[in-house]
Parts: sequence; structure tokens; C-alpha cells
Amino acid sequence: MTERSSARAARSANPDYMILVVDDEPDLERLVRQRMRRHIRSGRYGFEFAGNGIEALEKLAENRDIDIVLSDINMPKMDGLSLLQQIPKVDPDIRSVIVSAYGDMENIRTAMNRGAFDFVTKPIDFTDLEVTIERTLRHLDEWRAALASRDKLVALQNELDVANKIQQSILPDKFPHVDGCEVYGCMQAARNVGGDFFDVIRLDGGRLGLAVADVSDKGVPAALFMMSSRTLLKGAAVGVGDPARVLGEVNDLLNEANDAAMFVTVFYGVYDPSTRVLTFSNGGHNPPLVVHADGSSEELELTGGLALGAIPSFDYGQASVQLSPGDMVVFFTDGVTEAINILNEEFGLRAVQALFKDGKTRSAKEVAEMILQAVRDFAGEAPQFDDLTCMTLRVVDE
Amino acid sequence: MNVQAEQRDGVLVAKVEGRVDSSNSQDFERQLQAAIGDDTGAVVMDLAQLAYISSAGLRVVLLVAKSLGQRNVSISLCSLSDPVQSVFEISGFNRIIQIYDNQADALAAAGK
Repeated sequence: MTERSSARAARSANPDYMILVVDDEPDLERLVRQRMRRHIRSGRYGFEFAGNGIEALEKLAENRDIDIVLSDINMPKMDGLSLLQQIPKVDPDIRSVIVSAYGDMENIRTAMNRGAFDFVTKPIDFTDLEVTIERTLRHLDEWRAALASRDKLVALQNELDVANKIQQSILPDKFPHVDGCEVYGCMQAARNVGGDFFDVIRLDGGRLGLAVADVSDKGVPAALFMMSSRTLLKGAAVGVGDPARVLGEVNDLLNEANDAAMFVTVFYGVYDPSTRVLTFSNGGHNPPLVVHADGSSEELELTGGLALGAIPSFDYGQASVQLSPGDMVVFFTDGVTEAINILNEEFGLRAVQALFKDGKTRSAKEVAEMILQAVRDFAGEAPQFDDLTCMTLRVVDE
Repeated sequence: MNVQAEQRDGVLVAKVEGRVDSSNSQDFERQLQAAIGDDTGAVVMDLAQLAYISSAGLRVVLLVAKSLGQRNVSISLCSLSDPVQSVFEISGFNRIIQIYDNQADALAAAGK
């Protein structure tokens, strides 16, 4: 509801539409009240009257509910054509209808150029005036509906911007330097989704907690769910330790208040550079790839997990993999594998794996950026539906 | 995306066609809720014609399964295409919602 219409609803005795009649002819008020009495009685029209342009502007300043100004042209102090120029400064949503002498095309043209919506000719034919007023009101209603939906759209856009900022604000932009490995992550957010995040958490004994996650929905609710998922995960990672127990703990906490049935898929692993072992638990996330120095690669096993937030008290499984120098673990979200091009073809896991077939040595950062670039090249002009997130862990010789 | 419902042997069969992603998941939820109604005995979602489902679509399935669960109404899925089956397996939703190879098996189980 607009400010105007809510103000009007608060005073329900008020007419649906207010019309300000501006004319220096004193008898006109009586005539209008008489000929329009049916509409006045039914509450559809209400009238205000002014004798010239200056009085009209005073009335407009007093009464913010005026919808239409019906104005004569020739008047003392300020004429109708000058009034026309002032009205948009008071309220650009007011529509003006000019009353002119029959055949006075010059003034009519000037009035239309100055923003008059319509005109009627003198002597006033009240049937014609009523038709003109109704047409103007229909236009006003449509204009206001369009403004209201534009406001809604702006609000929605603002909401998505908020979601986007929440999402960006929690992503790490500095990556820890740890002997024996290298970590890098990046994300390219889709315009209408705020769902992915990744995290790198320093744990005791020089170990690293590595998480990649994808929340099931979009907008501010999803961004807030993501925010709490990330915080809970970080807390559990530091406090609980074992990946399976970390996911179990976060899952129970997320289930405590989750009427919207939101969930987040999370892959969480703990890498110990001293043993080169990655211990991990997969909470319903697409499995990361282990890429070897020769370019071959395979997916990490699913550990019998479930997306977090779906049901409480779920028993998460855990597995581990022994890595060697030159190996990489590539974590990503389904925005990468499910990206589509204009022919509606999916990028797919094989295309990710094919990027490594050349067996070239690349830094963690180069790999993550190469994957996102490959998806962008593949998608071309096709719109990006989902966030693209990629994180890499590279095992290096000490 | 389209949901079509029919009664079979006292079980509501909801057939889902097309793609479900974040752009139409709200519509999917509305259509599914409307198809299921308030007094259904058991629900089988036939996904033979579902080409793709994103996590936003999975959320709707979970939401419906949870609300049916609260009313003690059983829900199962059947006839998943390979890509859709893989989405349910990776997310782990195949562990919390019954999935059958075909509609006959799903109906037989729902009728018991």
C-alpha cells in the first residue's frame, strides 16, 4: 500500500479520488457539485476548488491526497499553463486535465507539451468531463500499480544484494601458509543465489580443516542459514575434531529450528601435513576429486552421509585418503559440474577431469581459477544459475 | 516443470515432469501441495519424466516428506532417471526417503 492510499484508508470517510478544480469563474463550484453529486455521494469523487494558479498550489500543499487537477487556462495571478509547470514539483504523480476554449489548438498544444494528461473544452460538457476523469483515473491506477511493483522489484533486488554481501563477507580471502601444502579457494556468485561457501580453519598440530558447502535455497533466508552453518561448522571443527562428529554436531544444531526444511551440503576434511592424510566426512556434497601429478584423477568416496539440516541425530561416516607430493584435492560445488551452455548441455565432471590430462604442474590458485574460467568459457552467453565455488589443496615437497 | 496427480489403488501418484531448479522451486512446491491435498492416504512421486532437480527442488521434496511424516502419511519416490538418482544418492536423501525402481513396486509397498 502506498503512503497516499494508506493515509486515505486511515480516513475512510474520504472519497476514493480527490479532484482539484481551478477556475476564476465563481459559479463553477456550484455547477460541479450539482452535476457530480452522484459521484460525490457515492464517495468516488471529492472536490476542492481554487480561483487561480497560486491558490491551487496552496491547496496542493495542504491536501496531499489530490489525484487530478482540472484547470482553466486564463486566470489572474497565475494562469493554467504556468500552474502546469509547477504541479510536478509538488507531486509528479498528479495528473492534470486542462479546460480550454473550443478550437484553441495553440494553448492545448502548449498544455500537452507541459505535461497535461488530457483536455476538455468549454463550455464544459459534464458527460464528456466524466469520461475524461474516469480515463485519467484508470491511467493513474495503472501507473501506481506499476510504481508499486517497481518498488517491490527494487526491494527484492536489495534483498539479493544483502544476501550477496553476507555471502562474500564470510569467505576467506587470505590462505594460511603451512609447510608441505598449499590451499586456495574462490567463488563466483550467481546473481540470484546466495548459497555456497568454503572455509579454511587452522587446527592444532598444524592441521587444516577444509570445508566446502552449498545451501539449498537462495535469498536472505538462505544467506542467514549459510552464515549460521559456517559459524557452527567452524566452532565444531575447533571443538569436536573428527570430521564425522563435526558434521553430526552441526547437523543437530541446524535441525533445532528449521521449519523451512533448508539444508546445506557440506564436505569437511581435516588434512594433516605431517602424515599427508586427509580424513573426511561427506554431508551430501558432491565428492571432491583427487588429482595426481600425472593428470589422472578420481572422486573421493561418499561416506554414507546426508545433507545437514535434513533430519536430526544422523550418524555420519568418515574415511581417509593418503596423499603424495604432487597430489591435489579439488573441492567444488555442483554449480561447476551442473553449469549449462546455451544448448542446455551440462559441463559435467568429465570436463573438470579433462582439464588435468596435460599433467602440467599448477599452483592451487591456478587450478581453482582455471576451473572457474573453463566453466565460464563453456557456459558462454548462457546465464549463470548457481554459484561457482572451487577450492584446492596441493601437496608439495617440503 | 509440471505436476500431474492421479489416484491409483487408494494411493496418490504425483508425476513430475521437466526440470526443477531455484527458478521454479516455489511453483513446484505449490503444485505439489495442491496435488497432495489434506486428506491423502499415501503418496508416490513418479519421477520418470523429471530430467533435472537442483538442491532447491530437493528442499521442496524434503519439506513435503516432513509435513506428510507429521501426519503419518507415507511418501516414496519411483522411476528415477540416472542423473536424478545420482542427485538423491550424493545428497544422501535416498537414506531418508524410500526410492523404488518402478511405480508398481512403489504402489505395492504403499498399499501394504
